[in-house]
Amino acid sequence: MAKLTVTTAIAACALMGGAVAASADENATLIVNGEIEMVTRTAAPDHVPLGEIRSGWTFRTGETQALQMDDFDNPGMIFVDQAIDAWNTVEGSAEKSCASCHEDVETSMEGVRAVYPKWNEDAGELRTLAMQINDCRESQMGAEPYGYTSADMTAMEALISVQSRGMPVNVAIDGPAAPYWEMGKEIYYTRYGQLELSCANCHEDNYDNMIRADHLSQGQINGFPTYRLKNAKLNQVQDRFKGCVRDTRGETFSPGGPEFIALELYVASRGNGLSVEGPSVRN
Amino acid sequence: MADNVKPRVKVPRSAAAGETIVIKTLISHPMESGQRKDSDGNTIPRSIINRFTCEFNGTMVMDAKLEPAVSTNPFIEFEAVVPEAGEFTFTWYDDDGSVYTDTQSIAIG
Repeated sequence: MAKLTVTTAIAACALMGGAVAASADENATLIVNGEIEMVTRTAAPDHVPLGEIRSGWTFRTGETQALQMDDFDNPGMIFVDQAIDAWNTVEGSAEKSCASCHEDVETSMEGVRAVYPKWNEDAGELRTLAMQINDCRESQMGAEPYGYTSADMTAMEALISVQSRGMPVNVAIDGPAAPYWEMGKEIYYTRYGQLELSCANCHEDNYDNMIRADHLSQGQINGFPTYRLKNAKLNQVQDRFKGCVRDTRGETFSPGGPEFIALELYVASRGNGLSVEGPSVRN
Repeated sequence: MADNVKPRVKVPRSAAAGETIVIKTLISHPMESGQRKDSDGNTIPRSIINRFTCEFNGTMVMDAKLEPAVSTNPFIEFEAVVPEAGEFTFTWYDDDGSVYTDTQSIAIG
């Protein structure tokens, strides 16, 4: 299948007189700003029944791919800028900002995104990045929590994600995280909705095929939060899960609920080894 | 009044005299078209950037009129010839009367 696609792509380029930039190049290398080299294709982790895992970037068209290769062109960076302001804004009864404790975001948040969702020993729960941000806001700042998939939350996740760009996703799935991972795996392979589709039906069995006009990816989440051209904003990963389940014509789980937290861990673990890309650009 | 409006520009730091350079500009702005209605059925008033200009050492490089169909966070990319060292001035005009400017200097070398 992959080989056939490559041949077709080469033929298409030849016909268009080498207009390479306009056609999708699934073997292109993603280098952001000419300096951060991303791993977009690598060997699958042992627990994933795929030969190779691929970033969603490799499934997009040349134009969409190009948008992510320069921070000025990447519309997601607008929201990162907004989050820098939020990082330094004092809020809540404790009169603290994020910077009061964590100081410089570039050093304190380096590598953080790559290991979330992560088991929190003190709280005795598995925490997504969004849950950790809200815990900071409530417990440390005495501020109102952000809505789980709100624009403020998603922008803050993007700011934190930027500090880990290029690092491999490496979420732990053993120890206390194991039961969550098993639950996430169960959800991944369960068919939902009137269309009776599981995550795996599209993203494992049929990735690289077309579902009508859409080129199915492996459903990796290393690029989240993701700027989507279809809605011109950053999208939170659990909001995306919700959209996927909705498309099966099913009742969706709630973003921030236990099912999606478990699913986020499981899906993140399927991308262990791919680079953190957030904020990525997708269609 | 639009919130979170922030202009950004990308100009090379230096160029050869007479060289054609690529300039990229972006301003974060909701660009409310005036065509949409809120949940109560009331028209959301138009609020857009209606004009963008770029000057080099006081000479107009480009002057663009923007219309309501232009997307949110308008990104404008264009080329300019740099005859000498100097300063680019970028100006965005908002419907609400606000004017946002940014400047970038460029050296010859």
